[in-house]
Amino acid sequence: MTHLLLAFDILLAASLVLLAWRLLAARDLFRGIVLFITFGVLMAICWVRLRAPDLALVEVAIGAGLTGALFLHTLSQLEGSGEAGSNDGRRPEQGRSRQALAWRGAVGVATLVLLLLLGWSIASLPRESMGVGPLVFENLEASGVKNPVTAALLNFRALDTMLEVVVLLVAMIGAWSLQVRQIEPLARAPGLLLERFTHWIVPVFVVVAGYLLWAGADATGGAFQAGAVLAAAGVLWILTHGRLSDPRHRKLWRVCFTLGIFVFVAVGFYSLAVGLAFLEYPRAWAKPLILLIETASTITIAATLIGLFAGSQRGLEGELAPMGEDFGEEVS
Amino acid sequence: MIDLVALVLLGVGALFFLAGTVGILRLPDVFSRLHALTKADNLGLGFIVVGLILQASSWVVVIKLLVIWALVLAASTTACHLVARTALHQGLEPWEKS
Repeated sequence: MTHLLLAFDILLAASLVLLAWRLLAARDLFRGIVLFITFGVLMAICWVRLRAPDLALVEVAIGAGLTGALFLHTLSQLEGSGEAGSNDGRRPEQGRSRQALAWRGAVGVATLVLLLLLGWSIASLPRESMGVGPLVFENLEASGVKNPVTAALLNFRALDTMLEVVVLLVAMIGAWSLQVRQIEPLARAPGLLLERFTHWIVPVFVVVAGYLLWAGADATGGAFQAGAVLAAAGVLWILTHGRLSDPRHRKLWRVCFTLGIFVFVAVGFYSLAVGLAFLEYPRAWAKPLILLIETASTITIAATLIGLFAGSQRGLEGELAPMGEDFGEEVS
Repeated sequence: MIDLVALVLLGVGALFFLAGTVGILRLPDVFSRLHALTKADNLGLGFIVVGLILQASSWVVVIKLLVIWALVLAASTTACHLVARTALHQGLEPWEKS
């Protein structure tokens, strides 16, 4: 059995390397994206094999799913504007000019140096160390939750997690401030089947997100996973209905974008006020506070990811997207 | 005995996936490839789910497995329909033996 698993692991690792090479070498962008999504799914299986189901969930939901959707969306816009330079089979830098070669050489050398540095840093790791794992398990009792991943993310290094949510928001603001040009209208209405499917599946997404959020305290799950699932529902809705929001709801969206960060900071100041360190929860309150932060973060992560996909306020409200009878009266 | 039945079911499921993969690689056009793919998804996963149910430790696991199957069925049906529809709209003619 162990031999079989070893063979599986080797196969998995080999396919990852092969996929990475194929997707980097792919001349057709669409093919590259499909390979990228496949890469994400295989990567998730790797995380499962490394017994990190939390990471696997995030990888498959964000790494493969949402990033894949973002790439495909971008590609369709590039094609719409006629700028998908490499889609006709040749990249601009594919030429054999001296400059291009010099660039490739420089990038190659830089990558090699990075690889050596990384290898060296791994080789110089202490052999016997167990990492911080034992430390987490020793203090699990004090964290207020039973899932060691959640304990680390929302308690022991909550500041990191808070900043991660901020980074997401900053990324979204960056994307919005780019002011992408007119979105090309979708070619067609979503069709009856997809529309029905969306109406049927979105509530399931919401339930699953709620479950992941709640389960995060004791088992695999948490704010990032739940947020990603919610965001997937939002992306599906935008794709099928052309819009998700309405100008009347702008304030609500702004609240959603920032809620998680505000709650995080508020809890931090609360812990300061009662004489503890920033984001050091009083023991008795650890679990409710973590749950509060996670709930708010889920909303913010979901809203931010949806915002990233929509690309702008108008993308959310569907003003740039295709109008027409195909999308039903509510969009007229 | 139950283990043996489960093994057979899992094997049959794996065969469907193998056939589906061969179909994607070998069949001549989008529509027939979709046909091969969805057979693998629906039946192959079905056999595997039933095989796993026989080994499941509790009812909760059984229900979860069935839900997963139902979700994949719905998603793959919709995806298949979308791909086929787009292909038709782009004017792809179904392949005919010449």
